[in-house]
Amino acid sequence: MPEQHESEGVVSSAGMGGAMDLAVSEAETLERTPGGPEGTGPAGKPRSLWSDAWRDLRRNPVFIISGLVILFLVVISLWPSLIASGNPLKCDLAKAQEGSQPGHPFGYDGQGCDVYTRTVYGTRISISVGVLATAGIALLGSVLGGLAGYFSGGYDSLMSRITDIFFAIPVVLGGLVLLSVVTSNTIWPVIGFMVLLGWTQVYRIARGAVIIAKQNDYVQAARALGASDSRILLRHIAPNAVAPVIVVATIALGTYIALEATLSYLGVGLKPPTVSWGIDISAASPYIRNAPHMLLWPAGALAVTVLAFIMLGDAVRDALDPKLR
Amino acid sequence: MGRYVVRRLLQMIPVFIGATLLIFLMVNVMGDPIAGLCGERQCDPATAAQLKKEFGLDKPVWQQYLIYMGNVFTGDFGTAFNGQKVTELMSTAFPVTIRLTIVAILFEIVIGITLGVVTGLRRGRPVDTSVLLLTLVVISVPVFVTGLLLQLLLGVEWGWIKPSVSTEATFGELIVPGLVLASVSLAYVTRLTRTSIAENRRSDYVRTAIAKGLPWHRVVVRHLLRNSLIPVVTFIGTDIGALMGGAIVTERIFNIHGVGFQLYQGILRQNTQTVVGFVTVLVLVFLVANLLVDLLYAVLDPRIRYA
Amino acid sequence: MRGATHAKWAACAAAVALAATACGGGGSSSGGSDSSAVLSSSWGDPQNPLEPANTNEVQGGKVLDMIFRGLKRYDPKTGAATDMLAEKIDTTDSQNFTITVKSGWKFSNGEAVTAKSFVDAWNYGASLKNNQKNAYFFGYIEGYDKVHPDTGAQTADTLSGLKVTGNLTFTVKLTQKFSTFPDTLGYSAYDPLPSAFFSDHAAWIKKPVGNGPYTVESYTKGSKMSLRKWDAYPGSDKAQNGGVDLKVYTDNNTAYTDLMAGNLDLVDDVPAAQLKNVKSDLGGRYLNTPAGIIQTIAFPYYDADWNKSGSEKVRQGLSMAINRKQITDTIFQKTRTPATDWTSPVLGTKGGFQDGLCGSGCDYNPTEAKKLVQEGGGLPNGQVKISYNADTGSHKEWVDAVCNSINNALGNDKACVGNPVGTFADFRNQITQKKMSGPFRAGWQMDYPLIQNFLQPLYYTNASSNDGHWSNKDFDNFVDQANQETDTTKAISLFQSAEKVVRDNMAAIPLWYQNGSAGWSDRLSNVALNPFSVPVYNEIKVG
Repeated sequence: MPEQHESEGVVSSAGMGGAMDLAVSEAETLERTPGGPEGTGPAGKPRSLWSDAWRDLRRNPVFIISGLVILFLVVISLWPSLIASGNPLKCDLAKAQEGSQPGHPFGYDGQGCDVYTRTVYGTRISISVGVLATAGIALLGSVLGGLAGYFSGGYDSLMSRITDIFFAIPVVLGGLVLLSVVTSNTIWPVIGFMVLLGWTQVYRIARGAVIIAKQNDYVQAARALGASDSRILLRHIAPNAVAPVIVVATIALGTYIALEATLSYLGVGLKPPTVSWGIDISAASPYIRNAPHMLLWPAGALAVTVLAFIMLGDAVRDALDPKLR
Repeated sequence: MGRYVVRRLLQMIPVFIGATLLIFLMVNVMGDPIAGLCGERQCDPATAAQLKKEFGLDKPVWQQYLIYMGNVFTGDFGTAFNGQKVTELMSTAFPVTIRLTIVAILFEIVIGITLGVVTGLRRGRPVDTSVLLLTLVVISVPVFVTGLLLQLLLGVEWGWIKPSVSTEATFGELIVPGLVLASVSLAYVTRLTRTSIAENRRSDYVRTAIAKGLPWHRVVVRHLLRNSLIPVVTFIGTDIGALMGGAIVTERIFNIHGVGFQLYQGILRQNTQTVVGFVTVLVLVFLVANLLVDLLYAVLDPRIRYA
Repeated sequence: MRGATHAKWAACAAAVALAATACGGGGSSSGGSDSSAVLSSSWGDPQNPLEPANTNEVQGGKVLDMIFRGLKRYDPKTGAATDMLAEKIDTTDSQNFTITVKSGWKFSNGEAVTAKSFVDAWNYGASLKNNQKNAYFFGYIEGYDKVHPDTGAQTADTLSGLKVTGNLTFTVKLTQKFSTFPDTLGYSAYDPLPSAFFSDHAAWIKKPVGNGPYTVESYTKGSKMSLRKWDAYPGSDKAQNGGVDLKVYTDNNTAYTDLMAGNLDLVDDVPAAQLKNVKSDLGGRYLNTPAGIIQTIAFPYYDADWNKSGSEKVRQGLSMAINRKQITDTIFQKTRTPATDWTSPVLGTKGGFQDGLCGSGCDYNPTEAKKLVQEGGGLPNGQVKISYNADTGSHKEWVDAVCNSINNALGNDKACVGNPVGTFADFRNQITQKKMSGPFRAGWQMDYPLIQNFLQPLYYTNASSNDGHWSNKDFDNFVDQANQETDTTKAISLFQSAEKVVRDNMAAIPLWYQNGSAGWSDRLSNVALNPFSVPVYNEIKVG
């Protein structure tokens, strides 16, 4: 029995996109061994984990594909007119709910707006909301959580109480209450609300990961050698604790784009004339039986975006985590 | 251990006060609740003033808060605008939502952790890839779309379930709503477990355990899983409160008359008493769940000791 | 419909276990209806306690309509006010009324309905200390200013204008002439109350007791109310079924889905998105009849931008930029009718409805619209934002459609945008605090089918529902004259003159008359909606 499992372990260690990794793993292992996690190359030039990671990523097809998709999304966010010549606000009720037709491949929505044009133009807002909100929670959550996990004691207790307060407020509930009084039709109130009630999610994970990483022998060793707190945190703990944060953040990015849709569904999300996938998905949901195409395209665009970001996050995590090599 | 628990219980007091104050302020920001009571009409000023006085809305917010908290400690959660005691609403709403949450948590534990372990041990295999794709689909489709779709397919087209939940809300009726409610968290749990398992799979103690010749299932369950569950337990623990309060959309779609429904109604009508009352209880649930999670840490990871 | 079949089998299996109920054939083959069978119907959680003078929305009204009968009742078909508990209502001057109550009526707890039952109920409803939201319905009765002063404490507990003069007679003295007063008495605020209401109020609220064809069997707060036929009901409109279970739904889409799956018998609010499917889902089990509801767009006249000379042209222009027919056809699948006046077709021409009173101002005419808006000085700040509450109804769909229509007519993408407000409460707040900076949704559901009810509360200076605070002397004069006029025909024509003042200023843009719609399961027959779009429950036959 043990043999079988042993072999299973070997195969699984190849990880995602294993075949590609195998070719380079030999050389890397050799290079890394002498210096340990914080190793320096033979030439004396410091080689950080991050530059190793970048070397890995460049060879990872998952990273390349998801990166290209995201690049494409970013480009059409900036210049939607490159691929859509129409006007997303130009709608003709006479064409409401009509299906695909020449020049209008995705058909029309309930108001007679062109679904293709709106989906393309919706990219900007939906991506902005997802990216900015995720960046906000990841930054705030991991800094505060990392510090709390590392320093424990009084700061940890205080911060943990504060996060408890925010955590205790259900997100959708908070959104309904806070956003129902907002009159601005920019995206900032929505992002602000997401960060305000979302950072605790990353905080928890970051704190937990740091507590575990802190107990590793190399951290104890670095401390014994007299390394400063900031050095230990940034050089030793952060790379080991960042993986779970990336997992949560990449999933969070998707959920925030979806949360924007839910807020629209409850009537407190982004406001017209803003064009976003969330607004369109929630507007299409009652018509799910009659005109599924209205729902399919914005929801599909949203799914592809989420997919790309999570794949990217996965690839980055694999590259960053020395233990997974 | 005992001292730790006592200290944690004491720490709950400021959190409880902070959270209730926060929600109290948030609800107050929404403005005057009386205006919505008179339909498409302006309340006559005399009645509006009278109502404000009766619900204590004419006092400054801090005074309202103190009076409210004073009442809460005597078990009086106030009265909703439709003349129903908030405690009465709670006694019908909480049992329903607790059942729904149990179903959702069970889904997270059973399906989420199982899938996480399977994929974590078989990274890169077809099963891993397909589960990964599945979690993506779940995350990428907003809950209300998943819910409406399942309701339409299972409830109407195929007739497997009743599209809405009856007033009794039995466990059987709550399976599909519970799955919908758990869906996004389920994806989180799967992915967290997968990551954790994959990391620990390489650790020395697992190698040692295998080298010792321990049976594989014992290695997985006693060594690998136990050590990999910390982030997962953290997540599920904190999710309990979020599930209970976050069921607004699910409860709306399946017409479940639980906490989310009462909160939604409460917010729409700016019913301070209902919203603050329900959130206060949710905060308590959340705090207790958190304490249990932290205690579980010590059980799962002997290196963590509380004193 | 497989879903329905499935659920039906399940229901039958359960029924067999209890009693031998006919389950095999369809409704028609079982021969006649089962007067003891109970139907289930969609409901919304009432916003206020179920006191008659405290209920001002249709969901609470639904229950009151089942458990109460007042002096008058509006005919479920024609809407005409007919005597119910009133033996007669006499007046010589339209200001002093003598009301005689029919003998033999009882509350379901056995107590007789007397003149005192009414007078006590009305005094309770008017008294400030009881917080009754419909108190202003008693505003014309003498002494109202004492029991319900605008400011300060009340100096009397009872209305001096109400006097019990016999076991079954009482007199009402009004502060001014009000010729149609007797016809308003069918509104639920004027229902009688039993003495138990006053002696044990908390118990009454838990389980209301009235004098209507149904009694409340059980009431689960915020979830469900079971009403059962009252066998000893003395009226002629006895319930034709065994009872009604009202089930609270937060989303009318869910209620409709439940109906399709055979999990619910009656839905009285079919969501706009499902209207397209109604024929294939329900066949003939669907009803779409005019109701006393009109949707309009109101304007904030306290905002200088909307209250300057020429802005009536902007409003007219906006009105003409709205393609009402296309919107009602597409979005509402003809369950709403383009409005051509400011009242409702349920009034009938005799009652004051005048088709086409609005004239060309309500016809879609993009060129004229553009011209008028320009002549009026253009849109204030270049854009109109139509505010609406996003939590109920299908408001988003039509506001977006109205805006698109305006944008297309004016040739400007950003001429009009919808401005959703999260909650109804906040929406009302912004209105009452005069915070609206642009037009907003205004819906009016009549309290009683009189032209007065469509005009006075909405456009009279400082009236309770004059949300835009529009004020016009000519209009006020016509209404005052009309109220004092004892001749109904003359009164109505005066009201119509007032309505023309509204038209000439385009005080509010009339959009469409809303129909009541209902869908039901194959167990039910004889389903109808009254002019208030509430199902006539007592006439529904089950089985």
